[in-house]
Amino acid sequence: MKMVTAIIKHFRFDDVRKALTDIGIVGMTAIEVKGFGRQKGHMEVYRGVEYEVRFLPKVKIEVAIPDEQLDKVLDVILKSAKTGDIGDGKIFIYDLQDVIRIRTGERGEEAI
Amino acid sequence: MRKNYKLSITNFKFLISAIGLLMIASPAFAAEATKPDTGDTAWILVSAALVMLMTPGLALFYGGMVRRKNVLGTIMHSFMAIPIISLQWILIGYTLSFGPDISGFIGSLEWFGLNGVGLTPSHYAPTIPHLAFMIYQGMFAVITPALISGAFAERMKFSSYVIFILLWTTFIYDPVAHWIWGGGWLAKLGVIDFAGGLVVHVTSGISALAAAMIIGHRKGYLQDSMPPHNLPMTVTGTAILWFGWFGFNAGSALSSGELSTMAFVTTHIGAAAGTVTWIIVEWKHRGKPTMFGAATGSIAGLATITPAAGFVGPMSALVIGIAAGSICYIALNSKTKLGYDDSLDAFGVHGVGGIIGTIGAGLFASAAINGINGLYFGNPQQLINQLIGIGAVAVYSFVLCAIILKVVDALVGLRVDEHTEVQGLDIVLHGEEGYFI
Repeated sequence: MKMVTAIIKHFRFDDVRKALTDIGIVGMTAIEVKGFGRQKGHMEVYRGVEYEVRFLPKVKIEVAIPDEQLDKVLDVILKSAKTGDIGDGKIFIYDLQDVIRIRTGERGEEAI
Repeated sequence: MRKNYKLSITNFKFLISAIGLLMIASPAFAAEATKPDTGDTAWILVSAALVMLMTPGLALFYGGMVRRKNVLGTIMHSFMAIPIISLQWILIGYTLSFGPDISGFIGSLEWFGLNGVGLTPSHYAPTIPHLAFMIYQGMFAVITPALISGAFAERMKFSSYVIFILLWTTFIYDPVAHWIWGGGWLAKLGVIDFAGGLVVHVTSGISALAAAMIIGHRKGYLQDSMPPHNLPMTVTGTAILWFGWFGFNAGSALSSGELSTMAFVTTHIGAAAGTVTWIIVEWKHRGKPTMFGAATGSIAGLATITPAAGFVGPMSALVIGIAAGSICYIALNSKTKLGYDDSLDAFGVHGVGGIIGTIGAGLFASAAINGINGLYFGNPQQLINQLIGIGAVAVYSFVLCAIILKVVDALVGLRVDEHTEVQGLDIVLHGEEGYFI
């Protein structure tokens, strides 16, 4: 099993969610986060005082999937999250040791 | 005079019991032959309520600009000025400001504890009860020290703040109000200040500069990012201030009619011109028009038109508002270069605005409006009077405020410790938080 974590732009979020559910992904977790990458932050000016805003707002989504779905999932995230401009985000892929459904105690792919 | 003073001490003792209050009330408060004008009285009481609302408005204006960990402490600075200075005012502030003159410098203690201040009109406002004039003026005394709190936001101890505003009001606001509005030496010299350009904005703005220099900058100033945490709150405060300012300026006519109408209109024009000018200058200079800029420009316009409101006509108000928006913009954009941390720009908006407006009154005052001509209408002496007024009030405010701050610092310390500043004033000083997730 794999855990796919994607950091994406806010306004791509709905498209990514729809693209993932369309290929049969049944659950995901999303959280609003702040961070920076090579894009760095930007300047904001309040009453003539300049502040460098180092952390930009993004959305982080996490999806747990069976190994055979990985390529398809990566493909739809890449297509739906991409704008081609800087700051489109990143995808991190981890091996997922186990999953447990709390209600029933089921484990592994059954529990996803 | 001595006899009256003794009487007032007796009165003060009676204040402790409600029965005593009623007893002493009877001679001074009885209605006499001179009946107040009901229209004038109604407008001044409404104006007093409008000016009262400005201080909570200021609390929101400032509260939105600080970091979220200091929102309640900042709001509390303004809010607590209402009760504290109101009590100072009825006990000694009013008599020091407006009591019978001593050498043009201060009012005597004859009206201590509102002794003799009753429902019969005074010479200050012959058509309204003396008490109506007193409470209206009290609202000005309340908001003025609260304005200074922007200079030392996010780092001053609450206990020191309370001592500071009591000393500041007694030793700076009350004398300066007497000099200009209480028949003191600047009034005799011919200095004009319709609603508080000198008495409110120059005193507080210059004191704010002194305070910012003495207390020092916030930890991390110009290194850490400390943008306003809630600009919609600041804009709400701005709207309340603009609304209340009609009571501040139009109420300063002390009557309801031609003069209050003119002051109402010039006030609105000053605010509108200040806002539009700020946005144009900012848009050109920084590339984007900001809501925070619009809010700041409107307050700059309002502060600047204040001394001139009942002396100038609508087109002069337009010029004064444009000057406010552009010059205050430059002042705020120069702040970081000058190195002091006037955190919420009490000096840049009120000090600079008060000075421009006081000069504006000297330039554009028109006898057709309120009996006095400025330079533009052929009376250069008025401009000289105004400059003397600015110099005297600015120097007095700066020096006295610096002394008061040094005294408070020596007695109890002005500044919170580093731990408190990092943790936030709300949790450490007040044991509460503005927001929970």
